[in-house]
Amino acid sequence: MKKYYFYYTIGRKVLMALSGFFLMVFLLQHLAINLLSVISPNLFNEVSHFMGTNKLIQFILQPILISGLIFHLIMGAILDYKNRNSRNTNYSYNKNDNSTWVSRNMIITGTMVFLFICLHFYDFWIPEINTKFVNGDWSGLHHGEFKYFSELQHKFQDTWRVLLYSISFIFLSLHLLHGFQSSFQSVGIRNSSTTPLLKKLSIYYAILVPAGFVFIAIYHYIDQLII
Amino acid sequence: MKLNLKIWRQKNRDSKGKIATYTVKNISKDSSFLEMLDILNNDLLEKGEEPVAFDHDCREGICGMCSLYINGKAHGPDSRVTTCQLHMRKFNDGETIYIEPWRAKALPIIKDLVVDRTAFDRIQQAGGYISVNTSGNTQDANLTPIPKNDADKSFDAATCIGCAACVATCKNSSAMLFVSAKVSQYAMLPQGRVEAKERVINMVKQMDKEGFGNCSNTGACEIECPKGISLENIAKLNREYLSATLSTK
Ligand code: HEM
Ligand code: SF4
Ligand code: FES
Repeated sequence: MKKYYFYYTIGRKVLMALSGFFLMVFLLQHLAINLLSVISPNLFNEVSHFMGTNKLIQFILQPILISGLIFHLIMGAILDYKNRNSRNTNYSYNKNDNSTWVSRNMIITGTMVFLFICLHFYDFWIPEINTKFVNGDWSGLHHGEFKYFSELQHKFQDTWRVLLYSISFIFLSLHLLHGFQSSFQSVGIRNSSTTPLLKKLSIYYAILVPAGFVFIAIYHYIDQLII
Repeated sequence: MKLNLKIWRQKNRDSKGKIATYTVKNISKDSSFLEMLDILNNDLLEKGEEPVAFDHDCREGICGMCSLYINGKAHGPDSRVTTCQLHMRKFNDGETIYIEPWRAKALPIIKDLVVDRTAFDRIQQAGGYISVNTSGNTQDANLTPIPKNDADKSFDAATCIGCAACVATCKNSSAMLFVSAKVSQYAMLPQGRVEAKERVINMVKQMDKEGFGNCSNTGACEIECPKGISLENIAKLNREYLSATLSTK
């Protein structure tokens, strides 16, 4: 049965959509926790500490998440390569007005998201891994206090970082404007009665979720400017 | 009307083609696009030049033979029509018109504007049929009651004429709309259910083998399809594929 999913076009797209769904659910959870940093720094610290030290999350869910992301990225590249190779001569005149830019350029918006994830890992994930696995410090403390909120604040003092984060989320938004509804089509859920609803949901998700992350970054930036 | 034509000329499958420029004069607004090309070819023949090869047959929008990428669009600027039903009133006097063949690796150019669409035949042969006994005792299909709604949807899918505009306009040269029409057409009828599993798997296998791209759900195919085949059929194809593969070893 494996061959039907890894080698045939439709199967590949099903896997692409499933990894997309998975990432979209993860994104909601990530946003919910980040929003805590605006509501209550203490709660944010505690939840972050739980997420960072719980064995189930650290050793099972986190590896699944990273594999899901890597799978999505590699499969996206494979699909894109195959698609580009299905036409050897391009039209000398092609109007391209029958599809949206976002639907045609998932690889570009996806690559921008990937670059952002690299920056994000450099900012938060690699220091975490370093503290926990290299230095063996699982306390989550810095000078006797939970470090998560202060680290977050520290990162969002930097104008360039806030700007880069905001721009990256615009690309994520573009990726999801097409990706959200497309994944339902890929697994065959869409039909004439659900399409309008899915399109609406797609717009809500793709705009509100990235906007939430941008809001948090700008909130902390301005919050510290005022102080 | 006087028109400036930029037409793709290519001697054969292996040669390199290029765009050639021609001018045609005295074209009536009421003539069809293919008649305009006929007039050009007459001019070329009179001058002792090689006429432009292009596909056509019924000239009434039902056979799917006429193709042509006209001014950056499959079957030209009009919507829901084939090139044979496109009229010159859609163009302006003095306009420059680009005319190119369908472009896809799986639909190689045979000559000028003519492409080889036998890949579609092979996909169809892989499963686009039902097996019935035709020894003379064939049962009348109408003896099997079918809900009106299913019959209508199946018929809508069956209106696909295999023109390949969907492939031509898709950025991935994907044949999903065509295959989905052929799969859905049978999947919605009791007679088609019998071989539904093998059908969808074999047709998708063949589609991949021919080198068509994946579906990115851009929706361009649905817009350019002269018969209005809906993207819903692609969702249906995906469902059929999922259920067939999950229940096959
Ligand atoms: C790491 C960088 C990423 C890359 C390189 C990437 C690449 C791609 C590509 C190329 C496609 C189109 C596949 C096709 O239609 O042929 C795609 C689809 C999709 N992506 Fe991403 N992506 C990335 C990150 C993400 C993230 C973070 C999410 C969600 C939070 C996401 C969600 C989706 C969804 C939902 C689809 C639609 C799947 C479908 O059409 O069935 N992607 N991605
Ligand atoms: S689906 Fe539409 S565009 Fe594609 S081959 Fe059939 S009739 Fe032509
Ligand atoms: S020539 Fe038959 S559809 Fe155009």
